[in-house]
Amino acid sequence: MTTQTVQAKVLEPLIYELSSSGRKADTLLPKLDVPQAEPLPDHLLRDSLDLPEVSELDVVRHFVRLSQLNYAIDKGFYPLGSCTMKYNPKIDEDTARLPGFAQLHPLQAPETAQGALALMYTLQKWLSEISGFAGCSLQPAAGAQGEYAGILMIRAYHLERGDTKRTKILVPDSAHGTNPATSAMAGYTVVNLPSDERGDVDLAALRAAADETVAGMMITVPSTLGVFDENIKEIIKIVHDCGGLMYMDGANMNAMLGVVKPGELGFDVMHYNLHKTFSTPHGGGGPGSGPVAVNEKLLPFLPGPIVAIVEESSFEDGAPLYGFVMPEKSIGRLKAFHGNFGMHVRAYTYIALHGAEGLKAISRHAVLNANYVRVRLADTYTVPYNRMCGHEFVLEGRFEGVPDIHALDISKRLMDYGIHPPTNYFPLIVPEALLIEPTESESKETLDRFIAAMHAIAQEARETPDLLHSAPHTMPVSRVDEVYAAKNLMLCCQVPSAE
Amino acid sequence: MAYIPHTDADRAAMLAAIGISKLEELFEAVPAEHRFPSLDIPDALSEMEALWELQALATANAAGPEYATFLGAGAYNHYSPSVINHILLRGEFYTAYTPYQPEMSQGTLQATYEWQSMIAHLTGMDAANASHYDGATSFAEAVTVALTHHKGKRNKVILSPNIHPQYRAVARTYHQGNGTRFVGDKSGRATLDDLLDLLDDNTALFAVQYPNFFGQIEDFRGLAEKVHAAGALLCIITTPIALGLLKPPGALGADIVVGEGQSLGVPLSYGGPYLGFFAVKNDYVRKIAGRIVGETVDGDGRRAYVMTLRPREQDIRREKATSNICTNQGLMALAGCIYLALMGKQGLRRVAEVCYHKAHYAAENITDLPGYQVANRLPFFNEFVVTCPRPVAEINRFLYEEHNIIGGYDLTQDYPDREHQMLVAVTEMNTRAEIDALVEALDAANGA
Repeated sequence: MTTQTVQAKVLEPLIYELSSSGRKADTLLPKLDVPQAEPLPDHLLRDSLDLPEVSELDVVRHFVRLSQLNYAIDKGFYPLGSCTMKYNPKIDEDTARLPGFAQLHPLQAPETAQGALALMYTLQKWLSEISGFAGCSLQPAAGAQGEYAGILMIRAYHLERGDTKRTKILVPDSAHGTNPATSAMAGYTVVNLPSDERGDVDLAALRAAADETVAGMMITVPSTLGVFDENIKEIIKIVHDCGGLMYMDGANMNAMLGVVKPGELGFDVMHYNLHKTFSTPHGGGGPGSGPVAVNEKLLPFLPGPIVAIVEESSFEDGAPLYGFVMPEKSIGRLKAFHGNFGMHVRAYTYIALHGAEGLKAISRHAVLNANYVRVRLADTYTVPYNRMCGHEFVLEGRFEGVPDIHALDISKRLMDYGIHPPTNYFPLIVPEALLIEPTESESKETLDRFIAAMHAIAQEARETPDLLHSAPHTMPVSRVDEVYAAKNLMLCCQVPSAE
Repeated sequence: MAYIPHTDADRAAMLAAIGISKLEELFEAVPAEHRFPSLDIPDALSEMEALWELQALATANAAGPEYATFLGAGAYNHYSPSVINHILLRGEFYTAYTPYQPEMSQGTLQATYEWQSMIAHLTGMDAANASHYDGATSFAEAVTVALTHHKGKRNKVILSPNIHPQYRAVARTYHQGNGTRFVGDKSGRATLDDLLDLLDDNTALFAVQYPNFFGQIEDFRGLAEKVHAAGALLCIITTPIALGLLKPPGALGADIVVGEGQSLGVPLSYGGPYLGFFAVKNDYVRKIAGRIVGETVDGDGRRAYVMTLRPREQDIRREKATSNICTNQGLMALAGCIYLALMGKQGLRRVAEVCYHKAHYAAENITDLPGYQVANRLPFFNEFVVTCPRPVAEINRFLYEEHNIIGGYDLTQDYPDREHQMLVAVTEMNTRAEIDALVEALDAANGA
């Protein structure tokens, strides 16, 4: 292949392809200021190391150019359902990087980390207050880990009571894939519950499944179809009556702040996604943070350690002494150290900037935006559960009389309008699903532009369907071949060995 | 209102389009008796007030340039080159989601592919994934791979007691519901030969750490053959800076290599967010959890990247998935990738050498102190165990209060019989002056 064709076929070389033998970024390390020690025995040493050899400027340009191939909230509208792609305030990045936080070692004596512990203690309290629960652990590193913590607590609760016959977790068919995967990881059998024609849990199916072998139920509120289940109290009662516990998947908490507290509805445990509701950024796929909150029943089982006041101040208004404690019957530790602390700092900052009134406004406007878009699109697209929705809603990405157009085509075409597609093909129970979550940070103008784009695409689907099939046309790459990647697995670049 | 752009006119127009007159009517499906509870959260702060409050909390911690730290034990005070933070703060990276739409995410995807490649090369393995939450959860997932590989027919996992105590604890938390038996680490004193005696036809995984939790580099020559002869898999937990010097675990015959990637330019940040790296031999690629990026082509034949082997994952496989993981530590993997690119072939080796020499300088000078003893039976990299004349907690309080030094890790917290033993870590960030100050302060602590 000539250089020219390589350039035409490669957007940005791999960092390894920019490498030149002997080149280095030399300013990064000081000279050795101690005597050299005896070297390690030869058999312990490696003989080659395949890492790139590039200059600092090479690195900067490479990663800046890569960044320019990305779409992001900072670039435009990102209505990705179930992901809460709201504005990530810049100040959060500053507070998380304060040297007193960023350079703090996790194993320092608690007496030398009182600021961090006070922050975690307060965040535990705020998250408990917002959800109406008795306590909270910040340990889980992501929502999926929060779920796992919740299910392990439910398991430990039953076992502690000598109740060993409970082998099942109930999960609605609209649930996130993590719910059944989590239940299976904990050793449970998953019983899928159908949804009724309004998108709520089918109560008859629930009643039939609710027996003394049920350990609990995992349910998302509002559901992944975007609706508040109208029978939520009844669902909770049915499961409690058979001795099961209720887990709320808090992925959709952005619809609930100051609207309703899950603990007051009767839930026993829930997790938050701080990277959704409290806008700690998604980071291109993480880090997340998935604190788990519980009622009194599950308090002794929380994953730990958690932060507690270990000694009240001896003088009035003085700061107490904070420390880590392991809850009495804890399910254990879920990760090393204390959770994704940098995300706790960002969430704390975000909540402090909003206050009670600001938090209430978040959910009211997130739900307003979703319903506005739903109403405006319902004339052109099929909205299968067309009732007042939460912070998101689902529509069908297909049109009568245009059998070749799929949700994927609409998604790819939206890119040409400068908009990130909604979540596609989820929830699984809606054919050609497009799950749309605008979030509260978007203005009416932005929503109107999105609505106009969706209307235009609906028209294109009928008049010029090829425009959709071949989309996107304006992205750095055209449609990417996922099948080729799976069939010709290349997960690691090969380096021509110099040694 | 913070970050909510709606004007009164917008709200009115939108409510009218929906056919209601006030925001509260949006929530009529919520049980009335629980609707609109009060929230006991302080009033909103302005941006500057919030910054002041957070600054006050941050400065209440003993961290920053005025402290010298010799604490490691799984989280290390390495230098993070300036470039990393500048790139991480690009909104195109940190305000993007998981790259489910590859046409809009080639930046994240290619960087992840580069990360996977660097980790595979560094560990001497065939492939790596996009990362896990941290080193401990990477290890818990390695146990899952071994159990899956044996199709549930083997349920024993042999743990070296020299593996980080929190990693062993996390593996136990993860596997409390599936009947896995963890053995080998109970007494805290089992030797490699003791552990090999536990191998049998029920053993799914044999796990060791390299360098181990105490900083020692155990001799693992011949280990893989013995483990494989019993039909078990070998997992080596490692730390990436050490691999600038040390023979890669792949060359030692490991099937799975995991570890904590925080050393690669990620700040200490009180324990997270960090990132777990996860690498395997080709035989196990299809069994690993987490995101994996592969090379492919677009419709015009251009090279492109995409998440691949997706059918393993929870959103598709649901209850049949082996893990529920969906996020990786995307931004932290980007930091690690930039770090390894900046350091490069020569730089990473250089960082490792500097750590090695400084740690040995510190160890030699501490050994010379009356009352102190450094365990030196095995070679070590940048961490070593010091037996002190007094309880470590007392010594650390003295170092901190009198000398602004954050001392080493008190091993009695996890190993009750290791009385007065401190695990000391030295990195390229510790100047000779700091090391000399530590030695002097330790000497003073003996008399204090």
